[in-house]
Amino acid sequence: MEINELERMARAIRRRDLEAVYAAGAGHIGGEMSVIDILTALYFRVLKVYPDQPKHPGRDRFVLSKGHTACALYVTLAKRGFLPEEEIATFLAPHSRLNGHPNCNKVPGVETNTGPLGHGLPVAIGMAKAAKLSGAGYHTYVVTGDGEMQEGSNWEAIMAAAQFGLDNLTLVIDHNRFQQGASLADTNGLAPLRPRLEAFGWEVAEINGNAMAEVVPALEHRASRPYCIVAHTNKGHGISFMQDRVDWHHKVPNKDQYEIALAELSEAL
Amino acid sequence: MNAPLSQPKLFATPQLFDCRDAFAETLEALAATDETVVAVCNDSVGSSKLGGFKTKFPERLVNVGIAEQNMVGVGAGLANGGRLPFVCAAACFLTGRALEQIKADIAYSNANVKLVGISSGMAYGELGPTHHSIEDFAWTRVLPNLPVIAPADRIETAAAIRWAASYAGPCFLRLSRVGVPDLLPEGHVFELGKANLLREGGDVTLIANGTLTHRILTAAKLLAERGIEARVLNMATVRPIDETAIIAAARETGAILTAEEHSIFGGLGSAVAEVVVDHAPVPMKRLGVPGVFAHTGSAEMLLDEYGMTPPAIADAAAALVQRKG
Repeated sequence: MEINELERMARAIRRRDLEAVYAAGAGHIGGEMSVIDILTALYFRVLKVYPDQPKHPGRDRFVLSKGHTACALYVTLAKRGFLPEEEIATFLAPHSRLNGHPNCNKVPGVETNTGPLGHGLPVAIGMAKAAKLSGAGYHTYVVTGDGEMQEGSNWEAIMAAAQFGLDNLTLVIDHNRFQQGASLADTNGLAPLRPRLEAFGWEVAEINGNAMAEVVPALEHRASRPYCIVAHTNKGHGISFMQDRVDWHHKVPNKDQYEIALAELSEAL
Repeated sequence: MNAPLSQPKLFATPQLFDCRDAFAETLEALAATDETVVAVCNDSVGSSKLGGFKTKFPERLVNVGIAEQNMVGVGAGLANGGRLPFVCAAACFLTGRALEQIKADIAYSNANVKLVGISSGMAYGELGPTHHSIEDFAWTRVLPNLPVIAPADRIETAAAIRWAASYAGPCFLRLSRVGVPDLLPEGHVFELGKANLLREGGDVTLIANGTLTHRILTAAKLLAERGIEARVLNMATVRPIDETAIIAAARETGAILTAEEHSIFGGLGSAVAEVVVDHAPVPMKRLGVPGVFAHTGSAEMLLDEYGMTPPAIADAAAALVQRKG
């Protein structure tokens, strides 16, 4: 897909995500809106994946470490053909396979179970290391939240990736500057992320993670070392009253708010 | 339950062996024929006896350094990428430090990763309770998808490692470094969830695994001298537990004693008691570390102090027989 098509797809995914969260009465809408441009670029442009063969050994690996934004992943996977689009209506419903955090044994296209934070990057290191051992040509991508980088396990993994020389690994940090309870700056401020990753031996790029024209080339870039994209994003991106408001981490819009948000996301690009 | 062994080897070969050697030799043999076999460790090459593996297959030794959470996650990722990882570390750090990774990345994700807890129980004796792993049965056996196995000798260790390599799913293998005699026959094939009948008897059943199996077998010999015939079961698999063997033991012998190098809370004895309570209530006695942080001493000294010398086990079993209705 070209950039303008990707932008339209991202808009459609935002709209479906909003509808699903509103219908379910729960979700993590702020962090979903911030990460959707990255997910869209991955699944509709960058990742080599096979929706009809989700376990194809040569597939690129993608891990959503910020598993609480599962709804955005489900919608993206559905749009890409991994599961029926109508199944999104079952998000959080009793016995649905689409629960609040992705399950790799139930949902096609999910590689590992995430939910507790700080788990995805170590698993991604293992995936990338496996490709080095087997000679497989796939690339491994992992998306973490920025608050999630407070987990020590991530820094264990960051050290290992450099030690192992994993040039087949891309970490995207969805840097929306807010965690559940407050801003990062008021909690355990990690910014600036770039020099920290560079000090650990990674190549780092900084982009606007909600600008498709910057997201795509960053994701397509190949480095000679482990590569981190610090994606500066806006929590609640695309919905004016949610943007950069900490209370929209997992708040659910009321009917009036829902209609305003839907109208904003329905404006022509 | 497996067929009884005609001649337990304990009394013929009193020599003691470190099961880590059998683990290392078996892993190297597997790696020689299967290029997907990978060893993952946390700076534990020496304590996990991976030196030979490192020499023979240097590229397949993934040493993450002192970082257990990452170690277990890396194991899950290696399995996703088609490798067959054996994640080897001191049992206390593997299970204690990385329990959430074991739950989410391994058990819940059903990743084909073999977790190998080395120097479990009180094998690090004098180093103290930070290095003891007498909680690991309790922590691991509540997790779905995760078989929990504690072999009793070097023969069962080798058999269990071979079984693990062929099993399509995760498991936790709990090994020790404390020397134990040979008990099972050469060529023994490990079967998940199947106890081994080491001695037939009708008055009471003694059940153990790991470093305690040879102790209960010796206790049974002492009991025989007192006219009490004890059935002896080696129960390496703590989950899935051999319900059939336990129910038969309860019904046919009327009393069950368990012994383990683990807290009496949540381990083998608790697992056996759960089956007994649900299906065939009979008097039981659970021997183990009595819910305390152990004091300074070797594993064997501490096992002795906590009532697990063969004579003390025999006394406890004899007292249990008195409680039978």
